[in-house]
Amino acid sequence: MPVTRVLVAKPGLDGHDRGAKVVANALRDAGMEVIYTGLHQTPEMIVQAALQEDVDVIALSVLSGAHLTVFPRVLELLQQSGATHIAVTGGGIIPEADRLALQERGVGRLFGPGSTMDEIVAYVRSLPGREAAGRGDSGPAG
Amino acid sequence: MAVAPLGPQGLIERVLAGEPLALARAMSWVEELDEHADALLAALFPRLGNAWRVGVAGPPGAGKSTLCCQLARSWRGRGLRVGVVAVDPSSPLSGGALLGDRIRFRDLATDPGVFIRSLASRGSLGGLSLAAGRVADVLDAAGFDVVLLETVGMGQVGEDVRDEADTTVVMLVPESGDGVQAMKAGLLELADVLVVNKMDRPGGADLLRQLALAGARAGRPAAGESQGAAPAWEVPLLGTSATSGEGLGPLSDALENHRQWLRRTHGGRAEDDVFWRRRFLRLAETMLVRNFRRRLAADAALAGTLEAVRRGERALGPLLAEILERHGGGPVAPSS
Repeated sequence: MPVTRVLVAKPGLDGHDRGAKVVANALRDAGMEVIYTGLHQTPEMIVQAALQEDVDVIALSVLSGAHLTVFPRVLELLQQSGATHIAVTGGGIIPEADRLALQERGVGRLFGPGSTMDEIVAYVRSLPGREAAGRGDSGPAG
Repeated sequence: MAVAPLGPQGLIERVLAGEPLALARAMSWVEELDEHADALLAALFPRLGNAWRVGVAGPPGAGKSTLCCQLARSWRGRGLRVGVVAVDPSSPLSGGALLGDRIRFRDLATDPGVFIRSLASRGSLGGLSLAAGRVADVLDAAGFDVVLLETVGMGQVGEDVRDEADTTVVMLVPESGDGVQAMKAGLLELADVLVVNKMDRPGGADLLRQLALAGARAGRPAAGESQGAAPAWEVPLLGTSATSGEGLGPLSDALENHRQWLRRTHGGRAEDDVFWRRRFLRLAETMLVRNFRRRLAADAALAGTLEAVRRGERALGPLLAEILERHGGGPVAPSS
């Protein structure tokens, strides 16, 4: 069973990375390999990193209000790259209506203030990841 | 856009074409000792040997990632494609890892000519992870011109990097301690190029002087000790400040000189039987330990015998021999 690999990134301009770091540590302590890319990431940087690192999950922390721009753009770039097997989740300050709208477009669960580390770890563990999608011994490749 | 699944068929062609997702998946297979990894590596083998592998070792916080990013930028400026294999430690407790080397590569984060892969050490103590060398093989086969191998932060060990890299940079910082620390066996012996980074900090010039006085220069013997005609390599000692870029030019020149020296004196990796022997041994040791642990975990009688040791009824020495005999040797089981 491959180790779960998660990309934790902070897109956009806000510099509040404490939450992202706490979550990154929790996922690490749960036995996952967490690639932390730091602040001020563009969707292009995030997706290039996710592809190169062969991650199962992208987790974005957005506190700047840019979620309606950032999440759909990441999904779009993943689709263009043929990497729709990578799950996209995240957290931050995201109003309920926006959360539902994003989830409708294919974003996974979004965790707001008050979420526990146990909830987040359990959710990330429950995602199918690359094992489910990428292995495809079926069908033509290449 | 129709997307082919990342199965074994066709993956080799996609790796050779440098397709990012295919490269990344191939690396994962190699790292997981996947059933497809051997066939993949065998297919890539004829393409190996073109990339120049540069190892960077040093204590935590020495500036390895920052220096690697600067070197990568300068190589990109010359049109070279650059791969980076960056290793950070795995937790021995949880098995998890926080891989943070990409943070320093921000300037190259969308450059299609740069491929960065972060690896967790996964129990390996030699500075790289077991898979690092073969992940570098994937980049080599895919046509990358230079592959940087960045070790975990380490003080006095790190022989893996010397095995896997053609040219090894060892970095120290003013906080690394005095010249006697540097004389201890370990890190310095690995160096083809020795760098004191963070020269802008107090103590940088002192450390450089002490290293020079301590004669911290060894030099790698030519392959097969056929030193008759080939001059030995003199390890250059340089000061840098990776953040500002100071000293990067001379470092880049020193690395290039080493590469030229290697070309003149060495036959290359394919002819280097020591390299393959060491890589084999590292893999074999890991498989044996993994297998041994699995057998121990399945040994129902072990808890009872250890309890007898705790009570003082049995000595550990003879028991150890008995357990080793019971579980040691034998064929290596496949990884589950």
